[in-house]
Amino acid sequence: MSNIPSELKYATSHEWVRNEGDGTVTIGITEHAQDLLGDMVFVELPDVGDEVSTGDDVAVAESVKAASDIYAPVSGEVIEVNEELEDSPELVNSDAFGDGWLFKIKLDDACELDDLLDAEGYANSIDED
Amino acid sequence: MTNKTVLHAKHLASGAKMVDFHGWEMPINYGSQIEEHNAVRQNAGMFDVSHMTIVDVQGVDAKAFLRRLVINDVAKLAVAGKALYTGMLNHEGGVIDDLIIYFFSENNYRLVVNSATREKDLAWMAKQSEDFDITIIERPEFGMLAVQGPEAKTKVANLLTPEQITAVEGMKPFYGVQVGDLFIATTGYTGEEGYEIIVPDSVAEDFWQKLLDTGVVPCGLGARDTLRLEAGMNLYGLDMDETVSPLAANMAWTISWEPEDRNFIGREVLTAQKAAGDQPKLVGLVMEAKGVLRSHQKVVTEFGDGEITSGTFSPTLGHSVALARVPRSVKVGDTVEVEMRKKLVKVQVSKPSFVRNGKKVF
Repeated sequence: MSNIPSELKYATSHEWVRNEGDGTVTIGITEHAQDLLGDMVFVELPDVGDEVSTGDDVAVAESVKAASDIYAPVSGEVIEVNEELEDSPELVNSDAFGDGWLFKIKLDDACELDDLLDAEGYANSIDED
Repeated sequence: MTNKTVLHAKHLASGAKMVDFHGWEMPINYGSQIEEHNAVRQNAGMFDVSHMTIVDVQGVDAKAFLRRLVINDVAKLAVAGKALYTGMLNHEGGVIDDLIIYFFSENNYRLVVNSATREKDLAWMAKQSEDFDITIIERPEFGMLAVQGPEAKTKVANLLTPEQITAVEGMKPFYGVQVGDLFIATTGYTGEEGYEIIVPDSVAEDFWQKLLDTGVVPCGLGARDTLRLEAGMNLYGLDMDETVSPLAANMAWTISWEPEDRNFIGREVLTAQKAAGDQPKLVGLVMEAKGVLRSHQKVVTEFGDGEITSGTFSPTLGHSVALARVPRSVKVGDTVEVEMRKKLVKVQVSKPSFVRNGKKVF
């Protein structure tokens, strides 16, 4: 079983969400997702300032194996993207929950976080895969 | 029922991620496919290819049988150990499989065919052999390793007996020799120097371990695919199959048209196709922009549509390359478009070969 930090929230589509406590969240893809995809070669990120809605495909993780859409797990405005990934997409593989983060969103509605899975719920969801 | 190679436990011991590959449980990678790829381009890597099918063809008609069976002419093989690459066609001129044939004598040849096509290959060979005095012997008691990369030969030499070292010294590409336990061949599927080595099952694990100990990096099917694609080598099932002519799969060079009276299977169809000049062809595509070309994407050209047969990110070049089947009028250097994720993206047409011996070649 791959590592699933308990302080994060999750979407069934394998994004993780970290509540920064100031109305913003940091978003990435899980250890399990990067393991499924294999070596990352490009990550296409949204633009800062984009308004995104829950479920929108906002980014693409392209690995040697496949291109995979990444969905906005919450609605809001993109306020920062991880520019390190331009030159070092492998950070998503080596540190999925840390340096491999993808983008940050300023939440429209903090209640949306309650709709996401906790670590246990996510662990159950990938067991069913 | 999943087959396991003799090296299965060694893969698990090296932390391999195992996948089902046409009924065989094989390593896809041991952590990072790209690192494995780079090990082969820069140093030395090894692949378990024991799932491939080894078939010996023996008997007084062995030569005559193979001259009928495959599109290249085994009569060209005069020196013991010399090998050739070729295709085996059906009566409609489609490729049943691609294979390597090693020549030992006119009564004795060794064929290495794909694992995914094993059953139909053996059935086809058995059917075609009815009028020939030969025996077809599958050799499942062997494992097979490919050790590839600029340092591969040096590292393998550490494991060989003085007799084996002498036998392989200065051996040119596409030769194989049996010395002691090992059949050592200067063949491969990566575009690098190295060997493919057939070992008895009883010593395979020990041989693999010694290669590990001498610093050869274990590499999975993932790296094997990116390496062969950079080298512009076909993968059966993607780049060609039973519905595809060798003329449409960059395999024309493996056809021996002379002598004209050699009646190989598919000859009439190929001759007509060649005269008509209407077969599509397999070219390379190079995309330096972001993104990765993938199998089955549509290629749009001024002469009509084509299709990507294999595409990948090239770790050596840092951008995507692909093999694509396109109308014959498309030329190297042309710009064509590929439909990717609902957008048309411009790519360059190149020869279907991208990297050899660690260097860009287009």
